[in-house]
Amino acid sequence: MVKWTEEERRIIRGVWEKVDIDEIGEELWARALIVYPWIDRYFGSFGDIFTTTAILKNPKLAALGKVVLSALDTAVKNMDNFKALYAPLSRQHYEKIKVDPDNFRLLAECITITIACKLRAELNPQVQATWQKFLSAVVEAMNSQYK
Amino acid sequence: MVEWTDAERTAISTLWSNIDVGEIGPQALSRLLVVFPWTQRYFSTFGDLSTPAAIAANPKVAQHGKTVMGGLEIAVKNMDNIKNAYAKLSVMHSDKLHVDPDNFRVLAECITVVVAAKFGPSVFTAGFQEAWQKFLAVVVSALGRQYH
Repeated sequence: MVKWTEEERRIIRGVWEKVDIDEIGEELWARALIVYPWIDRYFGSFGDIFTTTAILKNPKLAALGKVVLSALDTAVKNMDNFKALYAPLSRQHYEKIKVDPDNFRLLAECITITIACKLRAELNPQVQATWQKFLSAVVEAMNSQYK
Repeated sequence: MVEWTDAERTAISTLWSNIDVGEIGPQALSRLLVVFPWTQRYFSTFGDLSTPAAIAANPKVAQHGKTVMGGLEIAVKNMDNIKNAYAKLSVMHSDKLHVDPDNFRVLAECITVVVAAKFGPSVFTAGFQEAWQKFLAVVVSALGRQYH
């Protein structure tokens, strides 16, 4: 498991407490689906997800955004052992949902950009470095049960 | 050759006309050096890069950031011919500077974060982000094109 300094823990919590799960949850799907359109192959049953307007109004995507960010909340609250906590999620994405794991990295990038838009200058280089270290660890945890 | 929609051309020119290369460039390069510290190996003659504060205050970093960001103007002015417009720069980065081309992608990521932070969500919408990232991806590909 990744090691965190006190400073890094403080930074991660500081970024996370500024995240409104409802607001960010919708915006991040808009960015992911518009910037990386092949991701829509995973959402065949979600209805209209083909324009930014439709994405932001789509209740299934809003609900899924909340689910994804709640999982991230679990990681923030369990920084020393979320890899183990994520094992069932990783297995589910591998065996059932069959998500190409490269998409975890792309979604993490969209999360960072959404947060950069919101936090503006507060996401300074050092904060960005720490936040990306955290997301890399989350992406790795999501990859852990893939063979 | 890359195809651009009218919406994408508008997004790029709107963003570019509001970007001050002297402001965005230094910030993007500073971020690169802090978030991806191995990139510091290319700047051994730049002086103190030992802390984020030192990097942010370093005049050579600022000047070089401005130069690199200004280099994007070539792409903005040659959107239908980016590959050829960057041929000489690509050769230089390969043969003279020996830059690992993966760093172009990583610098593009840093530029995008700075642009997102500057413009906020109402300007840097999903649609604008798509156009901007596509634009940078084309530049990154052009810069890596002449490597052998």
